[in-house]
Amino acid sequence: MWDALDDFYWTYQSLIHAIGVNGILALSVYVVLAVGQLSLGQAAFMGVGAYTGALLSVKFGVPFGVAMLASAVVPALLALVVGGPTLRLTGVYLAIATIGLGEITRIVFLNWDYAGGALGLSSIPERGGVVAIYGTLAVLLVGLTLVARSRVGRAMEAMREDEAAAGVMGVNLPRYRLVALVVSSAMAGVAGCLSAHVSSFIGPNEYGFEAAVTILSYALLGGIGSPLAPVLGSTILTLLPEVLRPLADFRLMVNGLIIVLAVLFMPRGILPWRIARTG
Amino acid sequence: MTLLTVQGLTRRFQGLVAVDSVDFAVQPGTVHGLIGPNGAGKTTLFNLVSGVLAPSAGSVRLGDQPLDGLPPYRRTALGLARTFQNIRIFSEMTVLENVMTGLHTRLSATWGILLRGPGFRAEERRAKAKARDLLAFVGLIDAADTRAGDLPYGDQRRLEIARALACEPRLVLLDEPAAGMNPAETHALLGLLRRLRDERGLTLLLVEHDMPLVMSLCDRLTVLNFGRRIADGTPAEVRAHPAVIEAYLGTGSHEVSVSRGAAS
Repeated sequence: MWDALDDFYWTYQSLIHAIGVNGILALSVYVVLAVGQLSLGQAAFMGVGAYTGALLSVKFGVPFGVAMLASAVVPALLALVVGGPTLRLTGVYLAIATIGLGEITRIVFLNWDYAGGALGLSSIPERGGVVAIYGTLAVLLVGLTLVARSRVGRAMEAMREDEAAAGVMGVNLPRYRLVALVVSSAMAGVAGCLSAHVSSFIGPNEYGFEAAVTILSYALLGGIGSPLAPVLGSTILTLLPEVLRPLADFRLMVNGLIIVLAVLFMPRGILPWRIARTG
Repeated sequence: MTLLTVQGLTRRFQGLVAVDSVDFAVQPGTVHGLIGPNGAGKTTLFNLVSGVLAPSAGSVRLGDQPLDGLPPYRRTALGLARTFQNIRIFSEMTVLENVMTGLHTRLSATWGILLRGPGFRAEERRAKAKARDLLAFVGLIDAADTRAGDLPYGDQRRLEIARALACEPRLVLLDEPAAGMNPAETHALLGLLRRLRDERGLTLLLVEHDMPLVMSLCDRLTVLNFGRRIADGTPAEVRAHPAVIEAYLGTGSHEVSVSRGAAS
């Protein structure tokens, strides 16, 4: 029995890691969507976290805990800097600005020789693993659930429903927007660091526009009524290509079709249940 | 002492002067009506006072406190609350959660949200009790756990008032509270607004087109037309004012239709 489980783990190791990491990424985009903003910068923040953590491990051999902390702080600082000007933008304009941020970071990584340039960074030590990934995911799930069930959760949902009305209720809109972006970028950075330390290699093209759209689609598919919903969305979207493997060449087509149908017929996500906002 | 002082307030939209150097003052404990034909600039004036729009010129003071340049959330913290012309409740939230959102500036939990200590739980309990009191006051206590968007129209209006009261305001701005209501609902609303003034000692500034309601409820009226103040005074004074009669009925009329009867 134990052997069978062990075999299963070794066979599906990378998939098990991916589900946890993508769950954290889904939560990171949830935090932004929960205040009614649209960010396509999550992949860039993830990349910044991944490079921060990997560089610290590879070049300086720092303890994993320090690498994790730095991979949260550096993207958070970046979000703080870009947040000032970009959060004056709302809706689709913020999305466009964050796409720009993603391209800039990609080009920086691509041309940064110290960090491996186009070849990326390899031989990243294996650290953290399943325990760190799922531990982080669990902590974030609980934390975000507690936040939702408080005055902050009420203010966030109010902003998403009607920003002007939320402002008149006394919600400090600019601060909420900025804090949401900073927290979400720190979460994406941690996801990047965790994933870099289980995959031994990272490259500049892993954190581009396509990744940003994929992360957004986790929350679109899952919904944002509760923190559990985007994690369910990311789990399904991570598993789907594997489950559809027997379809061979039709795999991506069917994968896309399922997403389109889900968005069309379940616009609130596959888990539309809404968490109560009282503590 | 005057509670709200509006001086020389002006707002231009390109060529249009929607609000043109308007002055008026609201006395504490009164219901002050803001009336005028469609497009007179009433809602724009509300948006200027609540901070949703920035004025082109002029100033607004709440008590001694100048509000100029403050964002809406700061004005709420200072004691200004409002409702909207087209209802803007948070329809996905429950009725109780809507009112609790109004309490936002009166709650202070930060780390307690994650730690869930006794302080946080006590504050959240107090907030719930306060919200329930307000729902009882407006007669919506039985609907506390209903999704707000599922409430009938008149109840949504009352919910919006309860939510505004949760901000613990000194002045409540009501933008057409009776719009779309049937006579029975309007009558109930009139009673509710009177109780706000008489039982809670609140000051109300309201924009309203329902003249019987305005005439029987308001202590004082300011009349706008084409963005300018054309009259100011008690309902009886305003009703007889020639400029008001002209604004509502055009020149050549001698009697204002609004003088017929009051709501209650």
